[in-house]
Amino acid sequence: MFDNFATQFPVVFDALNIGFLQTLKLFFVTLAGALPLGLIISFGSMSRFKPLSALVKTIVWIVRGSPLMIQIMIIYYFPGLILDNNIWGTGEQGRFIACSVAFIVNYACYFSEIYRGGIQGVPKGQQEAGQVLGMTKSEIFFRVTLLQMIKRIVPPMSNEIITLVKDTSLSRIIALQEIIWAGSAFLKSSRGISGEIWPLFFTAVYYLAFNGLLTVLFARLEKKLDYFKS
Amino acid sequence: MAILEVQNICKSFDNTEVLKGVSFELEQGKVLSIIGSSGSGKTTLLRCINFLETADAGRITVDGDVIYDSENPTRISQKARREKQLKIGLVFQQFNLFPQYNVLDNVMLAMKLQAKERPDFKKNKKAIYAEIEKKALSILKKMGLSEKTKNYPCELSGGQQQRVSIARAMALEPKILFFDEPTSALDPELTGEILKVIRELAEEHMTMVIVTHEMNFAKEVSDKIIFMDDGVIAEEGDAKSLIENPQTDRLKAFLSKISD
Repeated sequence: MFDNFATQFPVVFDALNIGFLQTLKLFFVTLAGALPLGLIISFGSMSRFKPLSALVKTIVWIVRGSPLMIQIMIIYYFPGLILDNNIWGTGEQGRFIACSVAFIVNYACYFSEIYRGGIQGVPKGQQEAGQVLGMTKSEIFFRVTLLQMIKRIVPPMSNEIITLVKDTSLSRIIALQEIIWAGSAFLKSSRGISGEIWPLFFTAVYYLAFNGLLTVLFARLEKKLDYFKS
Repeated sequence: MAILEVQNICKSFDNTEVLKGVSFELEQGKVLSIIGSSGSGKTTLLRCINFLETADAGRITVDGDVIYDSENPTRISQKARREKQLKIGLVFQQFNLFPQYNVLDNVMLAMKLQAKERPDFKKNKKAIYAEIEKKALSILKKMGLSEKTKNYPCELSGGQQQRVSIARAMALEPKILFFDEPTSALDPELTGEILKVIRELAEEHMTMVIVTHEMNFAKEVSDKIIFMDDGVIAEEGDAKSLIENPQTDRLKAFLSKISD
């Protein structure tokens, strides 16, 4: 068996690397979209205009309350099946765009709740102090409240982002060629290797390593913001 | 002429009338204390004058300039609002220092942001910032905080934090400085250092309005005291005689409760 492993490993390693690249791509695209979109959604849910905040809160409830896996399937298949128009295009490219949309919307909703907690957690007195010192609203946001908000949201954000790394595997459901897809291909047959399950198990090492790296980075950031208490 | 004129200020929250027409005047260089039990409206009055609440009715004039007039509500730009705001300063009960900045930066931040609007800012940025730092350091020295300029608020005692917040307000050279219960969040042994600072400012003829529960201090440092009860000025007068010789039953009751 170990002779087999030694010859199989380079082949599997290469295939998993390609898959993991797609995983990383989805991860970073989701972050790039969901971090700003989440802020917009959080402003919507805090709006004093009741119909808007009610609408936004309902959307957040639906998105957070239903499985991401189903959301991916609905977003990918709905246009083609119901509207008879597959707007995503065919092939890997189309699957990637559909997945990105699903992940961005889903994670933006989670992020929005974290932002909301962060914004509302900064004491009102900070804003008032800025105001009586003659600062404008944007000066108060950027020079006074923003960093305090960031300090508050780093721990819950790091949790959510680590979950995102693992959640990318859900895109397997529409056969996006990420690392789980690449690993499970060897169950049947791929690149001359067939009936092997260890490559699928081995994918966990990639997630572990990447999350280890993220954990270290977030711990550093937290430490950097440790110099003040808010 | 009075430097501060407050005319007929009214304010309700939901259906509760908190201020029912409050008027008073203050001469330049004088100290006014506002006393009264919690819920009497004294903090709301201070917040209305400092733009933290918008009065429902009334008129406020500082140094001849109308800073608020409910009869004549013109929408003003942020810049104009800032100019009005800067005529007055406010020291909060909870200090409200900016935790991410050290003591010196807390005092300099607002000055630096304003300097950006100066036409010569780009050309003389370094010189302007150096001037601001010099000014901030001299105010901090006066507050006895020369040793603490690089410390962060969380490293200071409550009394030190409150002195920083007084320095921060003074740095903008307000015409009138307001204090909202400046010693209420402090341990009793720390109130003395704040009262000392306020006393020194009074000796320099800084115009001040102080909401306080420290009766002895109010009597000693103020020229005039206003006693508020249930949203109105129930009694006002010369500091010493008002405390020692109250005329209304409400003030008598309040003073005897306080001295218990």
